[in-house]
Amino acid sequence: MRRQLLPALLMTVVLTVLTGIAYPLLVTGVSQIAFKHRANGSLVEVSGKPVGSSLLGQGFTGVKYFHPRPSAAGEGYDGLASGASNLGPSNPDLLKTIKGRIAAYRDDNGVAVGIEVPVDAVTASASGLDSGISVANARLQATRVATARGWPLHDVLAAVTRHTQDRQWGFLGEKVVNVLALNLDLDRGR
Amino acid sequence: MTTAAWLQLGFLISALAISTPLLGSYMARVYGGGKAPGDRLFLPVERVIYRICRVDPDREQRWNIYAYSLLAFSAVSVIVLYLQLRLQQHLPLNPDHLVGVPSALSFNTAVSFLTNTNWQNYAGESTMTYLTQMAGLVLHNFVSAAAGAGVAVALIRGLLRRRSDTLGNFWADLTRTTTRVLLPLAFAGAMVLVSQGVVQNFHATKVVTTVEGRHQSIPGGAIASQEAIKNVGQNGGGPYNANAAHPFENPNPITNVFILWMILAIPFALPFTFGKLAGDRKQGYVVLAAMVGLWLVGALIAMPMEARGSPRLTALGADQKVTALQSGGNMEGKESRFGAVGCGLFADSTTGTSTGSINCAHDSMTPIGGAVPLVNIMLGEVTPGGTGSGLYGMLIFALTAVFIAGLMVGRTPEYLGKKIQAAEMKLVVIYLLAVPLVILAFAGASIVMTTPLHSLANHGPHGLTEMVYAFTSQGNNNGSAFGGLAGNTNWFNTTGGIAMLVGRFFLMIPALAIAGSLGRKQPVPASAGTFPTGTPLFAGLLVGVIVIVVGLTYFPVVALGPITEHLIGRY
Repeated sequence: MRRQLLPALLMTVVLTVLTGIAYPLLVTGVSQIAFKHRANGSLVEVSGKPVGSSLLGQGFTGVKYFHPRPSAAGEGYDGLASGASNLGPSNPDLLKTIKGRIAAYRDDNGVAVGIEVPVDAVTASASGLDSGISVANARLQATRVATARGWPLHDVLAAVTRHTQDRQWGFLGEKVVNVLALNLDLDRGR
Repeated sequence: MTTAAWLQLGFLISALAISTPLLGSYMARVYGGGKAPGDRLFLPVERVIYRICRVDPDREQRWNIYAYSLLAFSAVSVIVLYLQLRLQQHLPLNPDHLVGVPSALSFNTAVSFLTNTNWQNYAGESTMTYLTQMAGLVLHNFVSAAAGAGVAVALIRGLLRRRSDTLGNFWADLTRTTTRVLLPLAFAGAMVLVSQGVVQNFHATKVVTTVEGRHQSIPGGAIASQEAIKNVGQNGGGPYNANAAHPFENPNPITNVFILWMILAIPFALPFTFGKLAGDRKQGYVVLAAMVGLWLVGALIAMPMEARGSPRLTALGADQKVTALQSGGNMEGKESRFGAVGCGLFADSTTGTSTGSINCAHDSMTPIGGAVPLVNIMLGEVTPGGTGSGLYGMLIFALTAVFIAGLMVGRTPEYLGKKIQAAEMKLVVIYLLAVPLVILAFAGASIVMTTPLHSLANHGPHGLTEMVYAFTSQGNNNGSAFGGLAGNTNWFNTTGGIAMLVGRFFLMIPALAIAGSLGRKQPVPASAGTFPTGTPLFAGLLVGVIVIVVGLTYFPVVALGPITEHLIGRY
């Protein structure tokens, strides 16, 4: 076995250089030339200043904005603490939290008690950085946003439709509304 | 399940059906010993590597020398990684000024990446420097997969060679797998990922002021390059804590299905390689059929279970129905762009292989939906398994299956003309028992002690599942988790590290020893009494052996965990 140690050490060094240094640097080099915007985090700018990434959700609490899903990342949408609640489906803490969120969602959006609340609006995502919400969730929030902005409802609903991303290629994944893009669109005015 | 969900599954299967023969034939030429495609490009690079490392790639090794090379390489590279983790604050590429990793966590992490497990008791974005990620962890993402492929190829050679003492050369198998299989696939995969929005830079974390005036940290890193090899090599260790649920690792449904393909491509192609090298494709198809069958069953349980949602939430007033306006289902711990079915398919694939990357929180899945990944891992990750480890795992099960068939008819069992005798079966038993022993012992000990229980996020039957999942995942070198368990304690770092080492080397060494023993034998010609191993009947027997011999070992604990939770919660 001792005779194998020198090749083992040399192999570790050589393969580190090849796969651990040359390979990521090559990918970085090509990416920075070919896909500069995306390789750097798909940043969204408003009047020259970055306000977030089009791929990452961010917290919105104001009445005139659409709200994202609940987040378990740090205090909510913390880019350095991505993660899920990891609570099991029967966990009493989870059920209590969701019960509270359903009541708050109904309060905020004037949803009658008999009406069910879309599940994505009251559950935390896996990353805590989910950028999307369901169309059902967006539609229920639209009345509040329209009232707060003094807009006709159909203008807000039209904006929701504009920022609804269909399933990719028609069948991959799920239909989602990008909350950041939608809110920025609303801020640009009618 | 919706039509779209069926189409997504069908699309993935079609992509794999195309890649399996192409990649399988290519790998057969890489390992076959003759000329291989791309020799003009790869041979000069490999010659330089061999010369620097002072190895002779044509020098054939006996099984024990092959194993010594594997162990020496593992020992040296794990020590180097451990030192990198401990000393990372003194090394370059640390724009966020992260500190050195504590000793117990460094031990667990170094072993975790050495053994292709990628269990993570840390959050990448706040613990590991860019250099640690790319030069330390990515290296092991490549070589742990390559070493697995080496053992599988050595076992194939043992089955096919006649009266031969040798099984090939470890250094050559390691190098050729890295240069010819993993690097090209990873590079191409990384470029696809970046084109869709996976980040690839060396910026420090960027703090932006959000629309509502709050601050948000936007992390950077060489993510695409790591994401590609972490899936191509069935490693699974994400640069970010949320793994492939993080929008910067897996931004959209196209990358999601592409990652699924990367996870499954090599493991499904290797049985084809086996059939081709054996000169009898049916032998490969039988193994492939068993893999596909069990993988599909898992997907078809987990996908609808998650889409159905949780009756607890319906009772509270949440709408989980699948409609045109929402994907519905059990959405706790899931991403809206992948939905509940996207989680089920991913969870099945990442645990049928030894990957362990996740696009949803397994801990928050429904009891039966979450039992699918757990049982997949318990079955030894052979559906279709990791790079190499899936195939050698399946071949060991095939030996068990012919042995059991032989017992039934009272005839010495044969596989590919090689007599399976007491020496091989003793090694098979070590292979089969080492992992369940270590998993159940550590999980049992953790439950009767007081302190480890403080690490649980959930209690009752779900808490048991959480604990058992942790050791099952580490013992079988998967790396996915019921993430509620706070594993960064001395107890879990140490026991988990031991479980991972046992799960790697108590399987690899017996597999190599079996290869050595088989290689020395003279094949016996097939006769009327030979049990044919290239038939659908044998595929059925193989599935039966996996489910009965391996599955039953764990049945009591599965009954107490997810099945109890399902029944008392009326899911």
